[in-house]
Amino acid sequence: MTAPAPAPRPQRSRLERLGESLLEGLIRLSGVSAIVFVLAIFFFVFREAAPVVFSRNFDLWKFLFSIEWYPTSASNVRYGTFALTVGSFAVTALAMAIAVPFGLGAAIYLSEFCGRRLRETLKIVIELLSAIPSVVWGFIALTVTSKLVVDATGAAVGVNVLNGGVVLALMSVPIIVSIGEDALKAVPDSYREAALALGATRWQVVYRVLLPAARNGLLAAVLLGVGRAVGETMAVLMATGHAVHIPGSLLDSVRTLTANIAAELGEAPVGSDHYRVLFLTGVLLFCITFAVNIVADLAIRGVRRRG
Amino acid sequence: MTDAAPLAIETRGLDLWYGDFQALYGVDVRVRAGIITSLIGPSGCGKTTLLRCFNRINERYPNVRTGGVIRVLGEDIYDPSVSLIELRKAVGMVFQRPNPLPISVYENVVFGLRVHTPRGELKRAALDEAVEKALTEVGLWKDLKDRLHDRATTLQLEQQQKLCIARLLPLKPDIILMDEPCSALDVEGTRAIEELMFELRGRYTIVIVTHNMAQARRASDECVFMLLGKLIEHSRTADLFLSPKEARTAEYIEGRYG
Repeated sequence: MTAPAPAPRPQRSRLERLGESLLEGLIRLSGVSAIVFVLAIFFFVFREAAPVVFSRNFDLWKFLFSIEWYPTSASNVRYGTFALTVGSFAVTALAMAIAVPFGLGAAIYLSEFCGRRLRETLKIVIELLSAIPSVVWGFIALTVTSKLVVDATGAAVGVNVLNGGVVLALMSVPIIVSIGEDALKAVPDSYREAALALGATRWQVVYRVLLPAARNGLLAAVLLGVGRAVGETMAVLMATGHAVHIPGSLLDSVRTLTANIAAELGEAPVGSDHYRVLFLTGVLLFCITFAVNIVADLAIRGVRRRG
Repeated sequence: MTDAAPLAIETRGLDLWYGDFQALYGVDVRVRAGIITSLIGPSGCGKTTLLRCFNRINERYPNVRTGGVIRVLGEDIYDPSVSLIELRKAVGMVFQRPNPLPISVYENVVFGLRVHTPRGELKRAALDEAVEKALTEVGLWKDLKDRLHDRATTLQLEQQQKLCIARLLPLKPDIILMDEPCSALDVEGTRAIEELMFELRGRYTIVIVTHNMAQARRASDECVFMLLGKLIEHSRTADLFLSPKEARTAEYIEGRYG
C-alpha cells in the first residue's frame, strides 16, 4: 500500500437512525394533532347539536335572529339567540374600546420609553395579571367594580355591560401588552437608528416608523385580545347581570353566548332540545370566532399588499 | 493642516466609556469642511464610536459617558442651547448596512422633511420637487422615477444605500457621516457610492469610516489613523500612505497587523 486508504465514513448505527425517524414522526404528529383536535372539537360539538338542526320544527332564522330565548317555557318554548349574540358583541366591543388604547400604549411604553429595571418589574406584574383565574375576575367584577359602576353612574344595578366590559378589558390588556411589546421589539433596531439620525424625536420614531413596521404583530395582539374577550365565560357570567335582552345603554344588564351556555347546560336534561340548542350555540360561537380570525387574516394580507 | 480652512468638526480631549470600558482616549481631531476625511484603523480601534459621537447617536445606549469637547460647525454640541434635533438635521448619517425605512421610496426621501416641518406647511409640490432633486443628486431618479411608491426595502442593496444618502439631502445637511457605507456592497456598488461621494464633495463635509485601506486611499482627501481608542496620525491621505510619521501607522499600512 503506497497511500493509506481513505478511512470509511463512519456510519450511524441502526438504532440512531431509527430514533431519528421516530422523533421526526412524533414531531409531525404533534403538528397534525392541532388540526385534528380542532376538527374533532367541531365534530363532537356539532354532533350533539345535529338532531335539533335537522328536526322539523327547528327554524335557523329564528335561532339566529329572534330575541326570544325561553328554553323552559311550559307552553311555548322559543330558542332565539340574537339577544345573546348582541350581548357578546356589546361587551366585547366595549372591552376592546378600553383595552386596545391602554394595551397598545403600555406596549409602546414598555418597548420604547421605559428603563430596563422598570420594564422588568412591569413585565412581571403584567404576567401576574394574566395569571389571575377568570373566576377571580368574576369576584372582582361582582364585589368591587360593580359598586364602583353604581357609585360613578348611579345605575340601578352594577352588573351590566359597562361592568363586564371593564373587567374583560382588564383581562385582555395583559395579552395585548405582551404580544404588542414582542411585535415592537421585533422591529429591527436599524430602523430606529435611521429615524433618530434624521432628527426624529422618540415619539416620531414610534408613530412614523414603529407602528407601520409592526402593524401586523400589533393587529395580532389586538385580535388575541378580542379572542380572549369573546371566549371569556366565567367573568362575564358574574359581571353582566345575566338578563336576556338587547342592551339599550351601557348600564343595561345583558347575557352573552358563553355565559348562557355555562349557566344553562347543567340544568338542561341530556339529549333534550334545550341541551342540543345550547350545543348549537357553541357551534355559533365557534363560527363567530372563526369569522373574526378569517377577517383578521384577510385584513393583514390586505395591509401587507398595500404596504 | 496648516492652512486655515474652516473646521466642520473639532474635538478636544474626547473620552468615551461604554460602562467601565473606555473606548476613546483624549481624541483631538479637526475635520476640515468640504472635503472627505476617512477614519481608518483595525477593528475595535474606536473609529465608529468616534463617528457616532458627532451626531450624538451614541447616546442611544444607556451606559455611554463622554468627556471632553465636541464642536460641530463651531458649536459645542453638548451645550444645553444646542438642539439635538437640529444637530442631527445638520449632520446626516449613513450606516453600515443600508437601512431604508420599510415605507415607500418617496416617503423615505421626504421622511426628514416630514419630521422637521409642521404638517400644515408641507406642500405636495414641494415634496415632489425635493424627491426628484434628491434622487437626481444620487443618480437614482432615472431608475426609480416610476417606482417611487414601491417599498424601499425591495430595492437592490446599492440602490438602498444611495437612497439612504438621498434621504439626507432634503434637509440640506452640512456634514455627512458614513459608517463603512460599502461593506455590504459588491465592487460595482462600492464604485458607485465612491463616485457619488466625489460628486457630493465640496458641497458637504464627508467623514467616512472604512475598513478598507484601499478605499481610504482612493476616496479621501485626509485620513485619520486610530488605534486602541487613540488618534495616532492625521494628515493628507497621500502623505499618510506614502510617508507616515508614526511607526505604528506605517506598520498598519504595510499590513503587519489589523
